[in-house]
Amino acid sequence: MHELSIVQSIVDSVTESLSRFPGARIVEVRLRVGALAAVVEDSLQFCYEIAIEGTLLAGSRLVVEQLPVVMHCARCAHDVALESVQSFRCPDCGELLSDMRQGRELEIESIEIEEAPAGIERES
Amino acid sequence: MTTRIVELRQGILKKNDELARGLRERFAAAGVLVLNLVSSPGTGKTALLERTLRELQARGARAAAVVGDLETDNDARRLAATGAPVRQINTHGICHLEAEMVNKHLDGWELAGLDYLFIENVGNLVCPSSYDLGEKIRVALLSVTEGEDKPLKYPTLFNSVDVAVITKIDLAQACAFDRATALRNINEIRPGIRIFETSAKTGAGLEEWLEFLRLQRATKA
Repeated sequence: MHELSIVQSIVDSVTESLSRFPGARIVEVRLRVGALAAVVEDSLQFCYEIAIEGTLLAGSRLVVEQLPVVMHCARCAHDVALESVQSFRCPDCGELLSDMRQGRELEIESIEIEEAPAGIERES
Repeated sequence: MTTRIVELRQGILKKNDELARGLRERFAAAGVLVLNLVSSPGTGKTALLERTLRELQARGARAAAVVGDLETDNDARRLAATGAPVRQINTHGICHLEAEMVNKHLDGWELAGLDYLFIENVGNLVCPSSYDLGEKIRVALLSVTEGEDKPLKYPTLFNSVDVAVITKIDLAQACAFDRATALRNINEIRPGIRIFETSAKTGAGLEEWLEFLRLQRATKA
């Protein structure tokens, strides 16, 4: 349960990025979250609502793209997505896998902003 | 009013990751082997460390520990009784250690004067998996009293570790611990990692563990 501190980092990063767009309003924040990132979307959403109050992100929505774990199977010579994280085996050949290509992501992919018309600075 | 998308592609824990990278470089430059010990509360991190610190010092090595808990300095006092330098981090409700907390608690320590530094994380099998502390080796502990399926229940953490230690093996029989299943479960989640089976009470398995530490310290990078 460290989602609140994660959400706080999101608010800080987005606020920092917003300084490049004076007067802009945040509409949406998009995250990419790997299946092994140890965060739960419901909990993120719950914390997000609380954390954005009174910030430049107020009123924005959080969109979470969930990424499956992708491992490289040397025997099959290709990347395979795991359907569950209960077994790190190649679904095709059964080999145990340790070469991870995706699954621990915890990143802000993008933000959608609404910019004020040129010359007008919005009160924030 | 139109909207537009601005790509950020930014790690949410970027600050922690950067700090951890800095710590890792400092540790490597100082020649100190740093391990991050994670487990549930009550698995025996402190007991293993007490024994490890004593044995290492008896062999002439210089070892220190930083220990994280929500409250109390009970663990630090236990560990300090071994004679090793020890610092307690109280997180006051935070469920894991972060690189910044470790960084702050290293103040005034001459890292180059140490051979080993153990970071005992807060007892938690979820959150510590996301926070790099700059360690070279992340160790998961699993006691025989906890059940063989812990790795399956907490794959995010077990998949992030370099080594596993099964603790309290002196109680294995009383708990009807199914060793083969436990080993298989660890291997399903983190294939191929080194697994130690220890008892801090009887000293079983300690030699292998200490030898592993010695070899890891001797291996650069």
